[in-house]
Amino acid sequence: MNDLIQDLQSPVADAGTGFVRVGMPVSRVDGRAKVTGEARYAAEHPAHDLAYGVVVGSTIARGSIAGFRLREALAVPGVVEIITHENRPRMRSFDLFYKDMTAPAGAPFRPLYDGEIHFSGQPVALVVAETFEAARYAASLVAVDYLPQQHETNLMAHLARSHKPKPLKAGFSPPPDERGDAEAALLAAPVRIEAEYYSGVEHHNPLELFASTVIRGEDGHLTIYDKTQSSQNSRWYVSRVFGLGKDKVTVRNPYVGGAFGSGLRPQYQLPLAVMAALQLRRSVRVVLTRQQMFSLGHRPETLQRIKLGADHDGRLRAIVHEAVAETSRYEDYVEVVVNWSGQLYACDNVKLLYRLVALDQSSPMDMRAPGAAHGVHALEVAMDELAWALRLDPLELRLRNYAEQDQMKGLPFSSKALRDCYEQGARRFGWARRPLAPRSMRAGSELVGWGMATGTWDAMQMFARAGAVLHADGRLVVSSAATDIGTGTYTAMCTLAADALGLRLEQVMFQLGDSTLPVAPIEGGSSHVATVGSAVAGVCEKLRKRLFRMARRLDNSPFAKARFDEVEFAGGGLRLRRQPSVAMSVEEVMAAAGEARLEEKYLMLPKVLKQKQYLRATHSAVFCEVRVDEAFGTVRVTRVVSAVAAGRIISAKTARSQVSGAVVWGISQALHEETHADHRLGRFMNHNLAEYHVTVNADVGDIDVIFVDEDDRIVSAIGAKGVGEIGIVGVAAAVCNAIFHATGRRVRSTPMTPEKVMAPEGDVSVSAAL
Amino acid sequence: MTPFAYHLARDPADALAALTAPGGNTPLGAASFLAGGTNLLDLMKENVARPMRLVDLNQLALARIEETPAGGLLLGALARNADTAYHPLVRSRYPLLSAAILAGASPQIRNMASNGGNLLQRTRCYYFYDTGTPCNKRSPGSGCAARGGLTRLHAILGASEHCIATHPSDMCVALAALEAVVHLRSARGERQLAFADFHRLPGDTPQHDNTMAADELITHIELPPARYAAHSAYLKLRDRASYAFALVSVAAALALDEGGRIVSARLALGGVAHKPWRQPEAEAVLAGKPPEAAHFAAAAAVLLAGARGESVNDFKIPMARRAIVRALEVAAAGTPGPACGEEER
Ligand SMILES: Cc1cc2nc3c(=O)[nH]c(=O)nc-3n(C[C@H](O)[C@H](O)[C@H](O)COP(=O)(O)OP(=O)(O)OC[C@H]3O[C@@H](n4cnc5c(N)ncnc54)[C@H](O)[C@@H]3O)c2cc1C
Ligand code: SF4
Repeated sequence: MNDLIQDLQSPVADAGTGFVRVGMPVSRVDGRAKVTGEARYAAEHPAHDLAYGVVVGSTIARGSIAGFRLREALAVPGVVEIITHENRPRMRSFDLFYKDMTAPAGAPFRPLYDGEIHFSGQPVALVVAETFEAARYAASLVAVDYLPQQHETNLMAHLARSHKPKPLKAGFSPPPDERGDAEAALLAAPVRIEAEYYSGVEHHNPLELFASTVIRGEDGHLTIYDKTQSSQNSRWYVSRVFGLGKDKVTVRNPYVGGAFGSGLRPQYQLPLAVMAALQLRRSVRVVLTRQQMFSLGHRPETLQRIKLGADHDGRLRAIVHEAVAETSRYEDYVEVVVNWSGQLYACDNVKLLYRLVALDQSSPMDMRAPGAAHGVHALEVAMDELAWALRLDPLELRLRNYAEQDQMKGLPFSSKALRDCYEQGARRFGWARRPLAPRSMRAGSELVGWGMATGTWDAMQMFARAGAVLHADGRLVVSSAATDIGTGTYTAMCTLAADALGLRLEQVMFQLGDSTLPVAPIEGGSSHVATVGSAVAGVCEKLRKRLFRMARRLDNSPFAKARFDEVEFAGGGLRLRRQPSVAMSVEEVMAAAGEARLEEKYLMLPKVLKQKQYLRATHSAVFCEVRVDEAFGTVRVTRVVSAVAAGRIISAKTARSQVSGAVVWGISQALHEETHADHRLGRFMNHNLAEYHVTVNADVGDIDVIFVDEDDRIVSAIGAKGVGEIGIVGVAAAVCNAIFHATGRRVRSTPMTPEKVMAPEGDVSVSAAL
Repeated sequence: MTPFAYHLARDPADALAALTAPGGNTPLGAASFLAGGTNLLDLMKENVARPMRLVDLNQLALARIEETPAGGLLLGALARNADTAYHPLVRSRYPLLSAAILAGASPQIRNMASNGGNLLQRTRCYYFYDTGTPCNKRSPGSGCAARGGLTRLHAILGASEHCIATHPSDMCVALAALEAVVHLRSARGERQLAFADFHRLPGDTPQHDNTMAADELITHIELPPARYAAHSAYLKLRDRASYAFALVSVAAALALDEGGRIVSARLALGGVAHKPWRQPEAEAVLAGKPPEAAHFAAAAAVLLAGARGESVNDFKIPMARRAIVRALEVAAAGTPGPACGEEER
């Protein structure tokens, strides 16, 4: 079972990399494969009998298909088949079979199942041809007749019909019941603020387009290269939708070009490609266009209202946080938007509310720090508003309300180094020099502002298995069906394993990205390192013990009298801690014992009973400087310091990259990203990377990342918490708060584009100080 | 994308012949010239442009930049935007043009984009790009979906009920201010068009962005002798610091006399109309005046007379007014050197 999967192209560190320790800044083991193009992504795997599928999307948002006119498209030379709901192969009908492992409550969208239209851009046909070009041309000739119905896609126009969501989704918990009496406490509070915060729709734009290549073996076995955050989730979905046994389908994702939540659920190109492969009995590839990716899920448009009440000294007396977000008509997509407000600060009176409005859209989908990215944003902007109302330093306000424990159940934090984040971040940034009043700093034609915010995210752990094979030549192969969406899983796991056995990094290969490997969770929620890493540490620990026992049993063993805790694994083998010259390399032990390979397996189950006695979370403090030309509302983020407490950092370089990348995305959320819908058409319109703006290099100034010391053995055996999401939480709020500090104007809608930031008419001197 | 034939033109005559050869002008789409392809190929992939034949201009000897006997500069239609912007004569004599080009697109695109193609790039109206929606410019008579819709990128000046699109070029805003002349060639011969007459307002035929005939080739863009090198500025306001089209842009150029008074001024706006927006009356306001904010504001008022927003883009009116004043101030103070790092954007 743990034998090497040869054609998986698992990367190995360059020869000469040498010994590494957990926490060192190790360069990516997959770096060379990626920059040389050797790493193949889902759309890049060849097959001798490959056909190409191109998707046709609906132009209406709601209604049904009256019919197709396909004559012209079918006449294009090279076209093999046009699959629609009218001629598709057999698919299961029950909703249950379409529920992947992260599906929310409801009836998942079933691609090409019937003629109903649920959202604009919904796939209505798949044109399959011998070449991509023929398929694409024919797809442009497919004519569809619709029976449209009145659609509703505008959250703001339908707030009145919000509903309480069904809470069924992995990782989701509904807002807790009210604590104390928030409204009464608010009325009694001497200082109050109240405001509404709006955040627009954002779409996933990982560099890699969504794609699936289904390679059909002669025996009918399907090997599918899919862009997904879990090969096993996609495998499970395909098996269930098409009624194919587990052994009939293998899904692989050894390289994924970014995903950040978009690959948690199987996307529709996967069932479409499988459908075509089954119908045509050949290999098929389907790649979505950038435009089509705007018909997948998105970060939901959300409206929030926050009321804060405080004493004159800044002590919080009441928090009310309400959110209304959009979902589709067929599922209740839920995320944790408001709960953070009951957790981040000490307050006895807290009321939280979260509701959904069902619209004619595709179901929203998790996007980096789902819920928190905009939920904590609203809270942290509100805190800044309160700080100014109190004429109190925003950081001081946070410190006065520091939560020492969970306030619902009185549980302690498993670890919480947020104070260190505040302190180290503030020091690095120079926060102490910040003038309290807005509009105090100016440089040329620009106003300068400093803002800060807190970030938080869950520290989760799932269960996972890992396998390991140690070879006589000292090579170690560790495996688990984990995923590396570019986050650094390969590197972190190789580092953990190399450190555990004292091997050179290049002696270790970590195999991930194949559904037949030992069970691993979906890569999501910032839990992959804590989960898979603990499984890897577990299997390596078993190998260490076996090696040690083998070494001790050898004739004339130098370790004959040693106990396990008296040896360490370093320098390519084991040695006595007290007397490092007493050492044997792994190869020597294996040879002396006459073993060709040692194999171990490990099942890592979270210590749930223990974990439940603690509140487990990551924290951060973000400090930021902006320069605003208020005549035009243009904002430059010149400096960001992000101090993160995320447990033990396993792979310092990739972790740092995660956080600085997240800061960039936070700037993007703050200033740039928004998908604009034309609600008359029920359609997202800026569906390309020229018009869907993401932050570019020129928008990013200095980013300084600090990891404060934390080591949390409750969250995971390796002390790690996870850094994927925490880096984005609070960034947009820090930018917003800095804009306020610069201009004295509060922008309560993201992204904060120029027209929202620019000074109102008559309220500005245009002249630059030249 | 529609299948197309491909012809690599040897010289202008060959290119023109290939453009009009039989089989080119079909109902689906005429033959098209291909220069850098940075706009045309995107439009083809989105099924917005469906030429049946591409006539590749990249081998034509039209990539040179040379001085004219009159003391101006002749920019080859096939010279790349980047080569033009960095050309020593352009930098020293027409820094406004350099700055405008470098404010556009990305380094990669500027390396591919040609001068001729830049003039002929099409609007970035979202609806124009999405064949699932009505658009008079893309399919005449189908309606204008942008009106009453998403109009952040749309016109505040010179629009019609049939189309409210803007011309997205930065380079053209500077060319308008500098009073460039476009050299055209066709089977009928050669002709020259003043830049002000090159692009047009949409009226009831928004499918036509300009006044060129379908069978003409741009060979050169001519710049008259330089007058504004010392006092010019290109100010572009956009959603991000690079790689975004202008919400509003201003090309401002001043000629000052020894006493510091304005002898003549040139002002053009981008991002606000179907063509680079210029009004000689606005420039006349400045002639003979000292370079002061009050006069700049008066010029802005004239240039923006009649401006009307579509509600979503109302902000462009005050933004443009302020931008005109700021750009004139910067120009008056002296043409800025390239900002640090600007060239990599
Ligand atoms: C993402 C993106 C961002 C951009 N941002 C900006 C920006 O901020 N500012 C800006 O100004 N521009 C921007 N551009 C546009 C870019 O400047 C144009 O795409 C480019 O200038 C077009 O030149 P080209 O040579 O590639 O033209 P092509 O795409 O080859 O051709 C465009 C059109 O011109 C015709 N044509 C080309 N040459 C001739 C000729 N000599 N005679 C007759 N017809 C001809 C072609 O037939 C075609 O119809 C951006 C483009 C992209 C893709
Ligand atoms: S503004 Fe012009 S380009 Fe845009 S939809 Fe209307 S007609 Fe088409």
